[in-house]
Amino acid sequence: MIETHELTKRYGDFLAVDRVTLSVEAGAIFAILGPNGAGKTTTVRMLTSILQPTSGWARVAGYDVAQDPIKVRSIVGVLTEQHGLYERMKGIEYLDFFAQVYHLPDDVRRTRPYELMEYFGLGDALDRRLGAYSKGMKQKLALVRAMLHDPTVLLLDEPTSAMDPQSAKLVRDAIRELRREERTVAITTHNLAEAQTLADRIAVMRRGRIIANGTFRELSQRFAGLPLMEVRLDQALNGALGELRGMVEVSDQGDTWLRYRTPQPDTDNPDVVRRLTGLGFGIVTLSEVSRTLEDVYLQIVHEDEGHEHDAQSD
Amino acid sequence: MLKATDPAKFDAVGGLAVPSTIPQDERTPVTRTLSNALIVTRREVRDSFRDWRIVTPIFLLTLVFPLLANVMTNAFVGFFVEHGADPLLPSLLPLMPMIVGFFPVSISLVIALETFVGEKERLSLEPLLSTPLTNTELYLGKAFAAMLPPLLASYTGVIVYISGLMLGSQQWRPPAILIVQILVLTTVQALVMVTGAVVVSSQTTSTRAANLLASFIVIPVSLLVMGESVIMVQPYRRFLLWYVSLGLLVVVVLLVRMGARIFNREELLGRSLDQINIRHGFQVLWSQIKGVEGRFSLPKWYRQSIFPAIGSLKDSAAVVAVCIVAALVLGAIMGAHWRLPLDQAQTDEQSMAENMQRFFDLGQGSPHLILAVVMQNVRVLALGTLLAMISFGVAPLVLVMLPFGIIGYLAVQIAGSGIDPIIVLAGVAPHGLFEIPAILLSGAAALRLGSILTKPPRGMVASEVWLRALGDALKLGVGVVLPLLIVAGVMEVLVTPHVIELVLK
Repeated sequence: MIETHELTKRYGDFLAVDRVTLSVEAGAIFAILGPNGAGKTTTVRMLTSILQPTSGWARVAGYDVAQDPIKVRSIVGVLTEQHGLYERMKGIEYLDFFAQVYHLPDDVRRTRPYELMEYFGLGDALDRRLGAYSKGMKQKLALVRAMLHDPTVLLLDEPTSAMDPQSAKLVRDAIRELRREERTVAITTHNLAEAQTLADRIAVMRRGRIIANGTFRELSQRFAGLPLMEVRLDQALNGALGELRGMVEVSDQGDTWLRYRTPQPDTDNPDVVRRLTGLGFGIVTLSEVSRTLEDVYLQIVHEDEGHEHDAQSD
Repeated sequence: MLKATDPAKFDAVGGLAVPSTIPQDERTPVTRTLSNALIVTRREVRDSFRDWRIVTPIFLLTLVFPLLANVMTNAFVGFFVEHGADPLLPSLLPLMPMIVGFFPVSISLVIALETFVGEKERLSLEPLLSTPLTNTELYLGKAFAAMLPPLLASYTGVIVYISGLMLGSQQWRPPAILIVQILVLTTVQALVMVTGAVVVSSQTTSTRAANLLASFIVIPVSLLVMGESVIMVQPYRRFLLWYVSLGLLVVVVLLVRMGARIFNREELLGRSLDQINIRHGFQVLWSQIKGVEGRFSLPKWYRQSIFPAIGSLKDSAAVVAVCIVAALVLGAIMGAHWRLPLDQAQTDEQSMAENMQRFFDLGQGSPHLILAVVMQNVRVLALGTLLAMISFGVAPLVLVMLPFGIIGYLAVQIAGSGIDPIIVLAGVAPHGLFEIPAILLSGAAALRLGSILTKPPRGMVASEVWLRALGDALKLGVGVVLPLLIVAGVMEVLVTPHVIELVLK
């Protein structure tokens, strides 16, 4: 649904996006993470045909962003970083304006803004001036605008920023629902917990380049090592650790607990349990030590900084 | 209320109710463009009329100011009549409708700056840019919105004022053509200001900066209104105001082209600072002047940089060539109408040759004379290039056309007086062989430099396009035009006199 090859954007000497190659299939939620100035917004602007690539290409729903900009913009819904609403307009006037711009049929134009606003809890605010909306309400209205023309692809920049937890959950549910309908959603966000919860695939950008790309599990394994398991026992280990060596890589231990890494938890965990019970230990708990996207992300950025430092030293 | 827990209804929210295919648009491109532009216009106009800072001055200038102007006019008329100057009234009365019409139109500048750069500043532009509207539709929609309310206000103001004079004690009966002339002038001035404001807005990121730059529009238009007033008080010269309107219309066309090209997504989002980046500008300019990959050498420079630059000027060179021919023809036509009495000079070719000889002896062979000839040509061509920057490339065309017009005029005089035209040819051809290509090339480079912003190539920002055109003009100036002018100067001083001498003898 979204495909890019060596997508590059240059402003004079400044390389904003550097040979980005991506592929996102229909019905997937794709998160683009990265520090400020990493090139996320420029990439999204190129995918929306707002900016032209300097080199490389991108296709959205089969349309080339450089060759078919109007078609691309017709099927893409965009939530921009700054929602920038017309403060003197009423909610319904604002949505009706965009409904006209997207040439929605009259019957849809009359119903869809109301349905979407109702869903996001803004039904009562339709006749209010946008200047009187709270920050969260504005964000939701901007999201409604992005969904108004039933886009095949949604590009959302910080979709839940400025929202209260309840509203944020509403938006996340809506995004999941879009996935159910085979719509493709790309999110750029600094909210790593949200990206971890929502995204099927995650790309990390830094200095215009994609420095990591994969599912959370893949990234986690690649950058945070093998899955880390923790066993809690009913009595002190007292030197029994040697019995486990050769089976798994023990990384840490306490009086009554130990942690080990394993590439195959499905087969190794039962073996460890059997060995420990054979030695007379009672297993209190055996669980995977959870790693967050934040840990993985920081590790990715840290490693890239290291590579950069090495390159500069050379 | 639709709830997320209601899957049946949620489908409608998710969008299944609307097919996500792109509907076929049956309209013609022009209808589609205008219709889409008007969607933008309607929103902008509605927004403008909700802004008291726009509505209040429009109201005051539309209704209150014309009424005050009526009172003032009555006072003036009384004063004139009292002092026996009432014959001057027909000349002076049309001045005020011009002023009454101009003030509301000046609001169009404020609206234009607000609608273009204000939207950029409030960050509401990007959602609009991500819609299927084309750059032209957005541009036209906003330009209409900036123009329509002030124009309507202006027409209303003029009608209120003139009605006051016609229905009041003055019983003024202006000729209909005068009213039409005032309305046409008002309209083209509004167009100039709006289209100029778009160009200004596209080069800034804040209304503050745009307001500062707006003086580039306000000052010339104010001067223009003063000039028009001078013409207006001379009824027998009022026909000139039609030419002024026509000239302004040409400026509008050029500004519209320039604005439509500059008002594009790339330019609007690519510019984030108003700061001048001299270093980058210099790098772009230098890379265009150099124009060669790797190590520099003169043959490589001509091969890779100069010749392609000459090739890129073929359209501009064609325009300059047509202008040169037109100037010659025009000069010849004028020569046929306004003859010099050369046939009464009673000189034969022998005395002409002697006169010429005395003239040539004054500085024959002097390096100073060569330098003077070269410098004169360099000065004129450099001036043309400089003026091109502020005249959309029109000034160099005029400068190039002038001498050829004179040559055409003189050639007809000489031919008509019985002198062999070959003498004229002998006086022009030897150095003209080098000078004319230099003029053609320099004129073409200057024309492109001045006009390129009216149609910059796609995918390039305006500043870069202009710097590259400047780079081309400079390198062709140094690499081709200057050497040609030096050769032409040498020929003109050392060879041409002898050729004329030979022909005369």
